[in-house]
Amino acid sequence: MFQVRIHGRGGQGVVTAAEMLSIAAFREGRHAQAFPSFGSERTGAPVVAYCRIDDREIRLREPILQPDALIIQDPTLLHQVDVFGGLAPDGYILINTTRTFDALGLGEFVRDFRAEHLCTVNASELALKHVGRPVPNAALLGGFAAVTGRISLQSVVAAIRDKFRGQIAEANVAAATEAFDFVTRETRERSHAETD
Amino acid sequence: MLKQIEGSRAVAAAVALCRPEVICAYPISPQTHIVEALGEAVKAGELPHCEFINVESEFAAMSVAIGASAAGARAYTATASQGLLFMAEAVYNASGLGLPIVMTVANRAIGAPINIWNDHTDAMSQRDCGWIQLFAETNQEALDLHIQAFRLGEELSLPVMVCMDGFILTHAYERVDLPAQAQVDAWLPPFEPRQVLDPAEPVSIGAMVGPEAFMEVRYLAHAKQMRALELIPAWAEEFRGAFGRDTGGLTHTYRTEDAEVIVVALGSVLGTIKDTVDAMRESGAKIGVLGITCFRPWPAAAVRAALAGARRVVVLEKSLAVGLGGIVSSNVRTSYPGAPDSVHTVIAGLGGRAITREALARVFAEALAGALAPLTFLDLDRTMVERALAREREQRRSGPIAENILRDLGTVASRAG
Repeated sequence: MFQVRIHGRGGQGVVTAAEMLSIAAFREGRHAQAFPSFGSERTGAPVVAYCRIDDREIRLREPILQPDALIIQDPTLLHQVDVFGGLAPDGYILINTTRTFDALGLGEFVRDFRAEHLCTVNASELALKHVGRPVPNAALLGGFAAVTGRISLQSVVAAIRDKFRGQIAEANVAAATEAFDFVTRETRERSHAETD
Repeated sequence: MLKQIEGSRAVAAAVALCRPEVICAYPISPQTHIVEALGEAVKAGELPHCEFINVESEFAAMSVAIGASAAGARAYTATASQGLLFMAEAVYNASGLGLPIVMTVANRAIGAPINIWNDHTDAMSQRDCGWIQLFAETNQEALDLHIQAFRLGEELSLPVMVCMDGFILTHAYERVDLPAQAQVDAWLPPFEPRQVLDPAEPVSIGAMVGPEAFMEVRYLAHAKQMRALELIPAWAEEFRGAFGRDTGGLTHTYRTEDAEVIVVALGSVLGTIKDTVDAMRESGAKIGVLGITCFRPWPAAAVRAALAGARRVVVLEKSLAVGLGGIVSSNVRTSYPGAPDSVHTVIAGLGGRAITREALARVFAEALAGALAPLTFLDLDRTMVERALAREREQRRSGPIAENILRDLGTVASRAG
């Protein structure tokens, strides 16, 4: 089972991101379960949503306590909420930011993590550019597909089109695709740098 | 057709496949998405013979459902929590009159303190109201139970409550197999009412009945529920033949063969319990699970048969009978052939408190070791409780309990957990 926890704030499409991720996994013939943290929804309040992916039926209903991957939609949560709770050093971290892990004050924390599992992408800017609103969820799913390889970009695109219609769907597809390309490039450059 | 959709949407789709004629509801979380989806379907003309009636309260919702059902319409509504309490008088009327309304209860705690999260207190408050009560373990089962509920209710002329865990199921996206309209049409015959308000053949429904016959009317309601104990498993079997899924029925056992301890529960927590039991089985623990799908009528014989070989029984329940302990466990004790004090009550998940494998494994291990208390509150924060009790000892005007505890926690608004 692969477990993903998504942290963000009310209004950033955190719950929708988990739902779209589950749809993307479903389209690849896998079992998936997405659910929110069930708070009273308020714009700006910390929100958590979860997605489990497995090859067999998922029965577990507890919140995700030991995630394999984290998507952090809002870096201001880093020092406010225990976003890293339960994450093992071989886990994935994807953060929506223009800054580096070091600049975010996370250098020491991620020292033992695998470098190719850590990634930042400016998803809010990509969303502003394509969608016209800083809703980073779809772009981050594109980045997630690139950094984890657990799901294809095509499935993410299909999930976006399942959830949204028309122009909004296509704008989010463009944001997700650009984020996917950006993260793929970053990862490739980093691995080249390490090889050299 | 396989779909990855929200539980609420899956239930709405199932209800739509049952060709309802009147849908009425008043919005309350976590039920709202179900009737929203049905409202959209009616507005879009997808349910041409169905009227969606907006009402001003839950009391009105049930009253409209009663009127519609008495006029011969297939009627549906949904509610939760305080909404169910607000309609309680009409809930009793629906069953007393023998009207086969189907209602989804998206299970949620009852205030005060106000709490929108999941537990079973709402449904349990109406356990003796005369409705059949079915509890879904998954969204697939919730979907299937609604199709079974219309047929069962209409055959017996009794209303049926389909209970599904609020948020945990209603707001979860997971895979469901949505049947085709033709499959549902073949399995669910049109509503043929036993009684109908028809101007061409006038009757009155709802007579006052005095001591001369009230007991007999109540007895007949009980007899109908006893008949449901035969129909429910028979039709679950038939449903399996038609739809290929083992959903519904009275109870489901899991790894109970040779089990010394059997855990009894209702609803979605059964999944987490099964995963916990699988892990414990790997290390040799003889433990199994009994899931109760049908809570009313109480499936006494099925429970007795399932528990016959168990030395101890752990009833894990998401409701609290304040001043007594467990509601489900009190029912289980009537059907456990062993000593009543071998049935342990574990109150868990009240007001949305997460029920984790770690906590479950701890209490199950205690039960296997014979060290589990008669009544346990899973993951109760004793420090928090002691602090509140100390405050009450120290000062007469100790103030409102909920607000004091939130202040102790350093929070002013409740948080998800």
